[in-house]
Amino acid sequence: MRALVIAEHTNSALKDATAKAVSAAQKLGGEVDVLIAGEAARPAAEEAAKLSGVAKVLLAEAPSLARQLAEPMAALVVSLAGPYDALVAPATTNGKNVMPRVAALLDVMQISDVVSVDGPDTFTRPIYAGNAMMQVRSGDAKKVLTVRTASFQAAGAGGSAAIESVPAAADPGLSEFVSEQLAKSDRPELTSAKIVISGGRAMASKENFAIIEKVADKLGAAVGASRAAVDAGYAPNDWQVGQTGKVVAPELYIAVGISGAIQHLAGMKDSKVIVAINKDEEAPIFQIADYGLVADLFQAVPELEQELAKLGK
Amino acid sequence: MKVLVPVKRVVDANVKVRVKADGTGVDLSNVKMAMNPFCEIAVEEAVRLKEAGTASEVVVVSIGPQAAQETLRTALAMGADRGILVKTDATVEPLAVAKILKAVVAAEGPQIVLLGKQAIDDDANQTGQMLAALLGWSQGTFAFKLVKEGDTLTVTREIDGGLQTVKLKLPAVITTDLRINTPRYASLPNIMKAKKKPIDEKTPADYGVDVAPRLAVLKVSEPAKRKGGVKVDSVAALVDKLKNEAGVI
Ligand SMILES: Cc1cc2nc3c(=O)[nH]c(=O)nc-3n(C[C@H](O)[C@H](O)[C@H](O)COP(=O)(O)OP(=O)(O)OC[C@H]3O[C@@H](n4cnc5c(N)ncnc54)[C@H](O)[C@@H]3O)c2cc1C
Ligand SMILES: Nc1ncnc2c1ncn2[C@@H]1O[C@H](COP(=O)(O)O)[C@@H](O)[C@H]1O
Repeated sequence: MRALVIAEHTNSALKDATAKAVSAAQKLGGEVDVLIAGEAARPAAEEAAKLSGVAKVLLAEAPSLARQLAEPMAALVVSLAGPYDALVAPATTNGKNVMPRVAALLDVMQISDVVSVDGPDTFTRPIYAGNAMMQVRSGDAKKVLTVRTASFQAAGAGGSAAIESVPAAADPGLSEFVSEQLAKSDRPELTSAKIVISGGRAMASKENFAIIEKVADKLGAAVGASRAAVDAGYAPNDWQVGQTGKVVAPELYIAVGISGAIQHLAGMKDSKVIVAINKDEEAPIFQIADYGLVADLFQAVPELEQELAKLGK
Repeated sequence: MKVLVPVKRVVDANVKVRVKADGTGVDLSNVKMAMNPFCEIAVEEAVRLKEAGTASEVVVVSIGPQAAQETLRTALAMGADRGILVKTDATVEPLAVAKILKAVVAAEGPQIVLLGKQAIDDDANQTGQMLAALLGWSQGTFAFKLVKEGDTLTVTREIDGGLQTVKLKLPAVITTDLRINTPRYASLPNIMKAKKKPIDEKTPADYGVDVAPRLAVLKVSEPAKRKGGVKVDSVAALVDKLKNEAGVI
């Protein structure tokens, strides 16, 4: 058994999602290599080489790989797939974009959003917004997996894998990068933060999110949102937590003015401790909250900030 | 320019499904079914392309049981021109769906295939990407905005860090995200009109596609249940619990 992990990185740095995918791949029981595909991506490759348990880092560099668009990425991964029994990527928007394309080119049925590796060919994944868990056995010769980062511990440091340059496959020339609008933030990333505080429709405006952000800054937390808050323009799309947004499992999740629709719960119900602040005591979110506070958020959230200040936060 | 929109019949998004006691699947008897919400968004986008004069015809296709015809009728009532039902009672995995769609594309010759990004039953998020691979076409997943200029399609995509814009060569496969549009409700006259629009019936065998599953389902189980917690009566009490009981702040 040999697995190749398709890394999530920014060329200059490795993302935490990669370390989590590496630990999922290790559960397959064999050797794990990591592919860094990008442009001027050696710094990311050097970080990957330090992950514990990584046998080898493959580094493919080309202008066409700079943005990891699906078409050249899939061509590259397929060109390297030969010796591998499994191809593994984190279930990020990148992984979700590239891996099914790889799977189809290899005539393999991908297994999406794996939350547990139960054996080299047996996996568990959520279906129906996490209302059911399905265990499947793949009969395909190669396994193509995307893994939920929230379900795996990041592989630690301490490795010293060799970095081997590999050629980029020919760019199919089907797509071209135009531009990117990325939110800049000093806060931790939503999917790796230890604490997440999310606002829902009840926030009522973009400006009002500031009261949540103040608490987030006191706690070193990331900020999330419900779909309703994103749709209404109160929060950017990349803050959406849920079935069709990001899946998080922090130590502490604080849901503010969020009712607790199944699609939202799908993205946060594996958090260790859940707090709900909602003025409706019947809100479904209270059924899964460890600590519920029935209150108006516009009073409770600023008060929360003050209480945290008292603790010296 | 023709646009093809694959639509899936799924459990209604508001239904909380129950796992069968014998662990073989979820109980779908007497459960409300509907068009997959992301497919509705794809149909809406295709109809808008037609209304803008960019597309000349919108063809919808569904792979599923006879009842999937209702899903096609819904799409026709929203403004699609005709439907294709690829009839099967089997559970068809995304890879096989993509293979059937590839054959439909060969027969229909669309310039754009617009799919939902994800079916809310299997939550696979694969079919569009797989279809693009099998066709050797460009792909624009998780689309937030589409602009067609000549033989290119500029697609703004929802990605983890924000938005990304790419320019695709046509023909292309697009998958829709939540915020590209708000699907319309079909009006009564349009629902009546849709009854007369043609729906072709096919089978996977007509397209020479083997739909045998690659994944054996070993077990379907309930997710781990959370036990309900406690209500606190003040913010101060909450902070105290978080600090001294849960130890998370
Ligand atoms: C295909 C599909 C995919 C979806 N994907 C997602 C997803 O990924 N993530 C997601 O979140 N949703 C998703 N949804 C939407 C989901 O079904 C819900 O509509 C959404 O989560 C509701 O958001 P909300 O809780 O903020 O709003 P609401 O349901 O409107 O709840 C607002 C809550 O705020 C409370 N409130 C109001 N005022 C105050 C106040 N002053 N103080 C305190 N509390 C107050 C109310 O009591 C209420 O409980 C999806 C839906 C579909 C159909
Ligand atoms: N049986 C099907 N019939 C028609 N379209 C489908 C079918 N299955 C999947 N699709 C399309 O593929 C999209 C993504 O589905 P999935 O990859 O299963 O999450 C859906 O939104 C549909 O557009």
